[in-house]
Amino acid sequence: MSAPVLQLDKVCIRYPGAPADAVRGVSFDLRRGETLGLVGESGSGKSTLAAATMGLLPAGTAVQGAIRFEGRALFSEITDQQLRRLRGRRIGTISQDPFTALNPVMRIGTQLDALLHWTHDRPKKDRMARIETMLERVGLSDPKVRMAQYPHQMSGGILQRISIAAAMLAEPTLLIADEPTTALDATTEAQILGIMAEAKATLDGATLFITHDMSVVERLCDRIAVLYAGELVETGTVREVLDAPQHPYTRALLDCDPARITEPTRRLPTIEGTVPPIHKRPDGCIFAPRCPAAIARCHAEAPERHELGPRRSAACHLASPTPVTP
Amino acid sequence: MMSYLVRRLVLGLLVLVVAMLLLFVLIYAVPGDPATIALGPRASEAQKAFFREQMGLDQPLAVQAASFLWNLLQGDFGTDILSQRPVADLVFSALPRTVTLAVAGVVWAALLGVPLGIWAALRPGTFIDWVIGLISTSVVALPAFLMAIYALILFSVTLGWFPAIGAGDPGDLADQLHHLVLPAFAIGVAWVGYIARLVRVSMLETLAQPHVRTYRAFGVPDLRIALRYVLPIAVVPVISVLGVGIGNLLSGAVLVEVVFSRPGLGSLAYDAVISRNFPVLLGAVVVTTALYVAANFIADTLIAWLDPRLAEKG
Repeated sequence: MSAPVLQLDKVCIRYPGAPADAVRGVSFDLRRGETLGLVGESGSGKSTLAAATMGLLPAGTAVQGAIRFEGRALFSEITDQQLRRLRGRRIGTISQDPFTALNPVMRIGTQLDALLHWTHDRPKKDRMARIETMLERVGLSDPKVRMAQYPHQMSGGILQRISIAAAMLAEPTLLIADEPTTALDATTEAQILGIMAEAKATLDGATLFITHDMSVVERLCDRIAVLYAGELVETGTVREVLDAPQHPYTRALLDCDPARITEPTRRLPTIEGTVPPIHKRPDGCIFAPRCPAAIARCHAEAPERHELGPRRSAACHLASPTPVTP
Repeated sequence: MMSYLVRRLVLGLLVLVVAMLLLFVLIYAVPGDPATIALGPRASEAQKAFFREQMGLDQPLAVQAASFLWNLLQGDFGTDILSQRPVADLVFSALPRTVTLAVAGVVWAALLGVPLGIWAALRPGTFIDWVIGLISTSVVALPAFLMAIYALILFSVTLGWFPAIGAGDPGDLADQLHHLVLPAFAIGVAWVGYIARLVRVSMLETLAQPHVRTYRAFGVPDLRIALRYVLPIAVVPVISVLGVGIGNLLSGAVLVEVVFSRPGLGSLAYDAVISRNFPVLLGAVVVTTALYVAANFIADTLIAWLDPRLAEKG
């Protein structure tokens, strides 16, 4: 079997000058054809992991453990220079805010062409035709007109389609989408998710989908990795995790998802308390202070990663292997 | 885009008219009777009255201002009191020399200041950034006329590399360029620092914008990002500051032209002030104001071309 597209092995990341790690001991792998939903609240380390995978962490950030792209470790087997060459060719990205992701003073066509700088040995006519075809594929009805326009002349939905087109033009092996629908309204979000689903189906590779929205994960992803305060608390297939969540944090996240609430209610449920700041982590389990199921052991001893099945684990003392319902 | 430029042009012309009226009132308020100055202290009252009538000085202020503006619009800048030559001739023969000086000063300052600013912005907080910052701050404080005097003493008097006086033989381009070097140097020095600092701050600000990250996420090399995509955005505020700063530059040109005895609008205005030659002074100042308005219009046009959003907002 070929190496996973992306493999993280006990990755710890510390920003320069920070008192503690922003990401601690995260391991997971992402194989060809899979879509992994990376889920967690703000500050859980999702975007840090994405930036690390692209080699776009601020200068001086310490990364421990190994991040492997197609079996080769970043920063050691792949140099910064080689990683730069992978970005935009083998690793494509879609950013969170379509309104600020594009250069405000460049026409869309010129701009996409500038991003695809490595294709510049081909004739300009061919490059532009390729861009036009891709814009059409992401659902723009008049790609020629759009290519001559500037970003401020367009809506968020159109801009995010253009961003998706930019990422897809690279024909990446690894597509990283960092909350691509957060800045959009609900109707547009549904359209963009539809386009994302189509786009990733045409990829010969894998997708890392960062989100805080469980219903998005359910709709687009095969696997899920739940992050809490920089640690991986649970991972498995979407079905396994959503049907039988083993970590209380995953359960709490699911309880808070408005799409899963069936009983009429006056108040949306929330998780009590806040994510602890990185330098004030509790001694035991990081989730224990907010955990409704915490026992004495949880406050004293950090739980190991419990292997619950193939590529299925939860970091909780109370986790128990449950048979997956067929 | 076009409507934006038309609006800017109309605004510029309006500024010009208001500035000319203000100038006229200012000069009117200057103490001293033009008739006495023109005819000398021994002229009789009758001679003075005839002079005033001839020059229109007996008319009400509003009428004088209106005829002043009207004459200007027709290209009639009045007559030099001393030489009796038309002021327009004097002013328009001096104009190209001053424009050449100002443009040469800004161009060499930008050619040096912009790369220095970029260099500092790409290495913020390093020794190079510190050195460029130190040099910029030091030269910004130097007045152009002081640089002119130092340059004159060192390069003309002591070393004899460059001529000290004049603008060169009108038919000899090389000679004119040779005469241009020191004055342009003196005018531009402070601007090197000024431009370097502006470019540095503006580059850093633009580099922090989210869309720059998109280029990096697509593996565009850093230097290419800085020069091709960040710089065109970063120079926009620099250009608008430079457009306004042209006024500063022109007033610097006055003194530099005087130091180098270089015929131009500056020395023309200076001589006119000394001899109370109001029509010439007015002509020189009106043309300088027009230069200023023109420089701002050019800056606005460049900005609209670089940032299409601004043109739409107006």
